[in-house]
Amino acid sequence: MKELVFPFDSRAILRNKRELKKALLSDGTTRIKKNIAVLGGSTADHVVSMLRLFLLNNGIEPHFYKSEYNKFYEDAVFGSPELEAFKPDIVFIHTTSRNLSLMPERANITAEETKCLLDEQFGIFRQVWEGIEQRFGCPIVQNNFELPLFRRTGNFDCWSPSGQAAFINRMNVLLADYAREHQNFYINDINYLSSAIGLEKWHDAEAWYLYKYAMSTAVIPDLAYSAACIIKSIYGRNHKVIDLDLDNTLWGGVVGDDGVDGIEIGQETAVGQSYSEFQSFIKGYKDYGVLLAVCSKNDEENALAGLKHPCSVLGPDDFVSIKANWESKDSNIQNSADELGLLADSFVFIDDNPAECAIIEAQMPQVQTVCLSSVGNAMYALSRGGFFEVTSVSEDDMKRSQMYAENAKRAAQQKKFQSYGDYLKSLQMYASITDFDPVYRQRITQLTNKSNQFNLTTKRFTESEIEEVSVSPDHIRLCGRLTDKFGDNGIVSIVIARCEGSDAHIELWLMSCRVLKRDMELAMLDELVQKCRERGISRIFGYYYKTPKNSMVAGLYESFGFEPVEKCENGDSVWVLPTEGYTNRNNVIQKDKRSYSS
Amino acid sequence: MNREEVIRRLNEVFRDVFDDDSISVSEETTSADIEDWDSIEHINLIGSVESEFGMRFKMREVSGMKNVGEMIRIICERGC
Repeated sequence: MKELVFPFDSRAILRNKRELKKALLSDGTTRIKKNIAVLGGSTADHVVSMLRLFLLNNGIEPHFYKSEYNKFYEDAVFGSPELEAFKPDIVFIHTTSRNLSLMPERANITAEETKCLLDEQFGIFRQVWEGIEQRFGCPIVQNNFELPLFRRTGNFDCWSPSGQAAFINRMNVLLADYAREHQNFYINDINYLSSAIGLEKWHDAEAWYLYKYAMSTAVIPDLAYSAACIIKSIYGRNHKVIDLDLDNTLWGGVVGDDGVDGIEIGQETAVGQSYSEFQSFIKGYKDYGVLLAVCSKNDEENALAGLKHPCSVLGPDDFVSIKANWESKDSNIQNSADELGLLADSFVFIDDNPAECAIIEAQMPQVQTVCLSSVGNAMYALSRGGFFEVTSVSEDDMKRSQMYAENAKRAAQQKKFQSYGDYLKSLQMYASITDFDPVYRQRITQLTNKSNQFNLTTKRFTESEIEEVSVSPDHIRLCGRLTDKFGDNGIVSIVIARCEGSDAHIELWLMSCRVLKRDMELAMLDELVQKCRERGISRIFGYYYKTPKNSMVAGLYESFGFEPVEKCENGDSVWVLPTEGYTNRNNVIQKDKRSYSS
Repeated sequence: MNREEVIRRLNEVFRDVFDDDSISVSEETTSADIEDWDSIEHINLIGSVESEFGMRFKMREVSGMKNVGEMIRIICERGC
């Protein structure tokens, strides 16, 4: 039911909860029945009624036990006959920062005293979990703790021994540590949730005074939704497949119209970057066992060409099913499901076209749709939707190896560098210096028109002029791309030199300021000299044309070892470098295999 | 907004919250008249009325309301 999937209208759900419940119970779905005990540290009635709706919507029919108001500790540690008889399948401990009874109060409390309080407070919760573990041995879902809205001492509150935020943050770390060490223990991250929603909206002090609700009733659906995601995931009710449109979903533009060279993906444009991030985000789901599929109105040839774009993060091999044709999308989703031996209700469909989403919602209501209005919204909807909530125990090993890898990385970063050169080497930079590939002509043109600072001649080119240069036998062209261990910086440097007999004249030399002080210019120079030597060129002339913005490169040719030929009064200068006797200057950037000469 | 309009919209809220289309509230209606109107549903009712009219009741009002008439009076006072 769409009303019960994020993003939902909380107020409408609260207001219509009886009608929604009736509709769910009479929709003919077969559901698994589960006993869920909600042990609350505050009034839990709304939590229970909302949890019921979200679980019903996920194929689970819950039967609830609710502790008396704020009797979570007593029920868990000392037990109660009702709870024993109830035999819970899951215990949800609905506590909040209101239940941190040992929060420091005094201004002059010492760090040691606070540590004692923290240990004691954590001990209380640990007793609760151990009590449940001993009595029922069932999964426990435990809220962590939200930050307070009020901070008596301002920013000091987050780090002082008397700080409440400081105390809460440390409790949350202790909970997370406990969760990693204990199977069947799951954190409902209301710390994240309250931040995402905003503490101003989350908190409602009057709801506490009036009804002993620990948060605004308006956000209780969000809290219950989050807990329901954990519970349905524990019972294997997660979705399994992300089925993706291509044009304007995985890249910018329409591959059939714009061609592979025309679609936006990669680091060259803002739009391209957004789709790269989205592709990386989607690809990351694969590590958690989520299957990826394509559902696109395209000729298959074009679809595959788009996925093989050199900057595409996702390649054809990442998908278990690619449906690129002109059939309706609902029949394509059904076909993919049949091929994979899955039900369509395990599919999440992502498309930028609201009309396609609407068709799927109407034709296949069991398929979850995410309409991509922007990449950011889609990533948020996909994650907050909780379709792929991770709870399975087998993930533990994976997390462990990841943790080791991260620790090793940190240790490496803590090492002090002996010199700037060592630091540069540690970046593991690779330069790919090539001729002007048609795919990058647009980016090259754009760079010639927007680079002002690291630009020796500030010569502007149109796309057709770049095309002319690209095919000219008299020009040496260098297009430099730099990657390092943190990622791909994209095309960052362009050099164009015109050859005339045994001389070469550098008409354009520019570099993006995002890679300043990386020695990329030296890698470009090495390449230029080599290209010149291959053509039998003995002298390279460099020109510096002064503009109000390019003073940072006034001394570039001098630093390269060029000799001055002419220095004009207006600040312009001409330089020359003999190719004979030149030795390569870059020794921190390695050459990528795609380069001219590697 | 006049009183009739307030009563009409209030009635919609009551019908949704108690999922009962036979409800027809008047100024004299109290919690004794609606079977499911207990303290918990009162919380939900107050929240739904507040969001319907874009206003908030004061704490004293939430606990002191004797009948629907008082609720209407407060809503009208807030100038909704």
